[in-house]
Amino acid sequence: MPRLARWFIKAGLLYFVIALATGVLYQARTEIDLPTWVSTLNPVYVHLLAVGWITQLIIGVAYWMFPKFSKEQPRGSETLGWATFILLNAGLILRIISEPRVTLRAEPDLGWLLAVSAVLQTAAGWLFVINTWSRVKER
Amino acid sequence: MPRLSIWTIRAALLYFGFGFTFGGLMLYNKGVPVDPSAWRLLPVHIEFVLIGWTVQLAMGVAFWILPRLRREDRYGNVRAAWIAFALLNGGVLAVTAGAWFDNLAPLVLVGRGAEMAGVVAFAIHIWPRVKAFGG
Repeated sequence: MPRLARWFIKAGLLYFVIALATGVLYQARTEIDLPTWVSTLNPVYVHLLAVGWITQLIIGVAYWMFPKFSKEQPRGSETLGWATFILLNAGLILRIISEPRVTLRAEPDLGWLLAVSAVLQTAAGWLFVINTWSRVKER
Repeated sequence: MPRLSIWTIRAALLYFGFGFTFGGLMLYNKGVPVDPSAWRLLPVHIEFVLIGWTVQLAMGVAFWILPRLRREDRYGNVRAAWIAFALLNGGVLAVTAGAWFDNLAPLVLVGRGAEMAGVVAFAIHIWPRVKAFGG
């Protein structure tokens, strides 16, 4: 398994655990007294699971197992692959940090962090599409 | 990779790119409000990333990678799989149109029905291929 695939899948596993812990915390607020920001965690929980875990697992396995691009570059552009990894994770981490605070309107100045997070994740998504497109072929 | 998988996985990649873009637009708008109507993208975002991307990718990879039959038509009932591809994508686009245009709202139900029929067609196709390799 190539190094980048291992990074995607291991990062995905970490997000998987963090996502489920977030889900427990979000649900626990109905039973015990927790800080107000816990009530804002639902979108973070969903995206930790959908982007952090499922999407990164898919990207990692696709990078590893899809048909080879060429003999010289079997997995397409490694640079684009790493750029996808860095942008996606940076974007997701920015979201985790800023979204609860922005939702609570406690720190609206952090709104620009959410905007940057959106741009980074969107860019990562299209870089993955571009790098994978040519590997979806007969052989 | 067989032709149907190429079409299915490339269609899934497009839904992924646009699904991420719509999600990004909503997230950007949440941080730096530009246009409140950006939230109308939510059902389209969910439809694209859940059905268009995740479900369709799984179908395309399954068609490619599951055991083949020991016959001339190694992939089995390929027509059913193509019908599944057409119905699923028609369904996603119908749901999207119905969710976006108020006067087309009934298309959401039509689209969901098409998606369900597509999944039935795919199950009919793939059922005999869920077996031991060489069996």
